[in-house]
Amino acid sequence: MEDFQILIGGAAGQGSKSAGRLIARVLNRYGYKIYVYEDYPSLIRGGHNFSLIRVSKDNKRSIKRQVDFLLALNKDTLERHRDKLSGRGCIIYNADEVDEAEGIGAPIETIATEVGKKIMQNTALCAYFCKAVGISEGVMKEVVETLPAPDKNLKVAEKAYQKAEKENDLEDIGDPVPLVTGNEALSLGALEAGLENYFAYPMTPSTSILHFLAGLETECDVQVMQPENEVGVINTALGAAYAGRRSMVGTSGGGFALMAEGVSLAGISETPIVIIESQRAGPASGVPTYNAQSDLNFALNAGHGDFLRFVFTPGDAEEAFYLTNLAMNLSWKYQVPAIVLIDKDISESTFSFDQSVLEKGEYWEESRGECGKHYDRYEDNEFGISPLCYPGKEATVRNNSYEHNEYGTTTEDPDEVVKMQDKRMKKKPLMEEEIERLEMVKVFGEGKKALVTWGSSKMAAKEAGKKAGWKVIQIMSFAPFPEKRFKNALEGVEELVVVEENRLGQAAEIIKRYTEVDRKVLKYDGRPFYEEEILNELN
Amino acid sequence: MSDINMETENTWCPGCGNFAIEAVTKKGIKKIGRNKTAITAGIGCHAKIIDYVNVNSFYGLHGRPVSLAVGIKLANPELSVLAFSGDGDSLNEGISHLIHAAKRNSDITVVIHQNRNFALTVKQFTASSPKGFVSNSSPEGNVEEPLNTLEVANSAGATFISRSFSGDIEHLQETMEKAVEHKGFSLIEVLQSCPAWYDTNSYYRENSYKMEKVPKNPDKKIREWNYDGEGKIPLGVFKKQEKPTYEEKMARKGKKVSVEEVLKSKI
Ligand SMILES: Cc1ncc(C[n+]2csc(CCOP(=O)(O)OP(=O)(O)O)c2C)c(N)n1
Repeated sequence: MEDFQILIGGAAGQGSKSAGRLIARVLNRYGYKIYVYEDYPSLIRGGHNFSLIRVSKDNKRSIKRQVDFLLALNKDTLERHRDKLSGRGCIIYNADEVDEAEGIGAPIETIATEVGKKIMQNTALCAYFCKAVGISEGVMKEVVETLPAPDKNLKVAEKAYQKAEKENDLEDIGDPVPLVTGNEALSLGALEAGLENYFAYPMTPSTSILHFLAGLETECDVQVMQPENEVGVINTALGAAYAGRRSMVGTSGGGFALMAEGVSLAGISETPIVIIESQRAGPASGVPTYNAQSDLNFALNAGHGDFLRFVFTPGDAEEAFYLTNLAMNLSWKYQVPAIVLIDKDISESTFSFDQSVLEKGEYWEESRGECGKHYDRYEDNEFGISPLCYPGKEATVRNNSYEHNEYGTTTEDPDEVVKMQDKRMKKKPLMEEEIERLEMVKVFGEGKKALVTWGSSKMAAKEAGKKAGWKVIQIMSFAPFPEKRFKNALEGVEELVVVEENRLGQAAEIIKRYTEVDRKVLKYDGRPFYEEEILNELN
Repeated sequence: MSDINMETENTWCPGCGNFAIEAVTKKGIKKIGRNKTAITAGIGCHAKIIDYVNVNSFYGLHGRPVSLAVGIKLANPELSVLAFSGDGDSLNEGISHLIHAAKRNSDITVVIHQNRNFALTVKQFTASSPKGFVSNSSPEGNVEEPLNTLEVANSAGATFISRSFSGDIEHLQETMEKAVEHKGFSLIEVLQSCPAWYDTNSYYRENSYKMEKVPKNPDKKIREWNYDGEGKIPLGVFKKQEKPTYEEKMARKGKKVSVEEVLKSKI
């Protein structure tokens, strides 16, 4: 099997997500490339959670409507997804809950209770799957051993494996690679750029950044703080950045709304800061655990007054690593806020991580001042970039939220006001050049017909484009917009369709400034595009 | 400019309590050292102190000087960090930051310029204005009860709580020094007259008294004056407690993260 998809589901609390992870890790050991999409409602017990695991030889990162293996921890899962079966795989269901159905009935509750604990029924189900698909018992046990309560879990896995039947053979096609989520990848990117302080208030889908970095904190040189609210988050982070720490904050749209004053403060006070905005379906509380790409306009415009910013839009884990790393380096280089606008289906999805991207992880030293006795925090020079000094040395460092003179003292003088506004805007052409220099527009395939896409939509768009013979153009920076590279990518294109997950077609409206857009393919039910959905729109 | 003074024009009203705060601040910073101090301020008349004192500073947004100060102290615990704030600033707009900074015992000093109105926006009632206070937003008199600043700090667990009066500069200097010296979160509420909108000089002079030592029962002492005409006004230190600071508890471990190692653990 070169490319198949597994759905594993159950009620919240039944452990379908960890079972999905277990299966992903086992298949990873066989060299298969993994993409896991997590679907869960905003609740702790009950409801219906499932993971879709796309398993392929060539690293396909989108989900399909059809499922090859359906693994049901409960009856509900079976009923909801039975109709999606491709016929290439099989169903394995909890026979303790479902009397009789098509597929393999696995008494997972009985096994788990007999030799382990009832909650280990998910391990039992995984073991059934492993046997059925042709995974060796040894490889399965290697992974089960790393679970919490390994002894009992191993017993459960062994027993279930014995009882199950082998249905397929699975070829070992290569070496395992790290499995990381988008949020983990972006955190690592930030660490490579010297991240020292992370500030956040929990909000799905950004919360796992907080968890991941807090987990590293116990042994490593990164400080993680959870302030009282997002207003506190951004202002505290700016204080830390002023005092010399590479700082980052993370949130979703609602928290970012509260941070808007701080974005503006970073703008005028020229305090570097990286802001991770992981989108979910809005407006307001919206559909909190489901995806959307509807904060693009907001990320580009949040904050009152005129000031510059970077806005990057990664479309998978490697890009999340690279663009967050870049965002931090650029924010400290230009002393402007840098926003990484990611979305739930990257943040919380799991990827077979291509480690070659690590080469792009860099640390750029910011331009430091002499920091001697006299220091103008806002020195006006050719490029509008004043050297940075931090308090604690000889230099007096004066940051200001009011308009100010070069020394940082408040001013209302009309000439000074103009001078400082112009000073900050001198960075604009430099930032634009910088963005054009980098590969901020990716092109996959070729043709007269093209899809333009961004963020997580690129994953399905790329696969659909490949099948339909369309060129796929992905935009990874919206501020500054890589106009030249985008126009180059459009060369020879006669039909242009924009693919994104929002109701208005926010990126499409921006793209219209540069070219004609023939059609928009929009999805806004909170679920990711299925490959077939885009494909149907192209034929 | 290596001197503590700035050449900026001072725009506070004659008789404003802010002058006394500026004077003692400068004196105090000279003692600590200019390059060992950083100050923050919100927005309001009080905040203009930033432009009058030549020292490391971050002139922030309305209500956020405490957040900035917490961030600065976390990033560089060597610095002595003071947040200058108004009653509007930290009892209205930014009260959550004040409460949480006290709760986590962040080692900063918060100076509340307590003039009991929004002065810079030309006289509206704040959280600490007395009931019946006639202002532009309460022409018939404030219908809300005033908030006891010190009680807020106390219930949040502040380890140092004090009050002074800008009309007694010696007491102010002494109290401010104690606040800055304190290891952990310290609050100093400075009662001040607002000559333009709320002249309280003689009221504070007649109704306040200095406590001789830190009271055994700060809760009771803190409630002695109700901010609303009842009770005498105690000045001095109400509470002083030794506890580990937030920054001590959050100290970095000093080991660089190896991304490769983290990734290895993800296989
Ligand atoms: C977010 C925000 N809201 C409102 C204002 C307008 N504003 C400026 S100063 C001020 C009141 C300041 O009162 P206080 O903190 O008590 O300081 P004072 O002027 O009395 O010293 C207000 C409401 C502002 N600058 N920012």
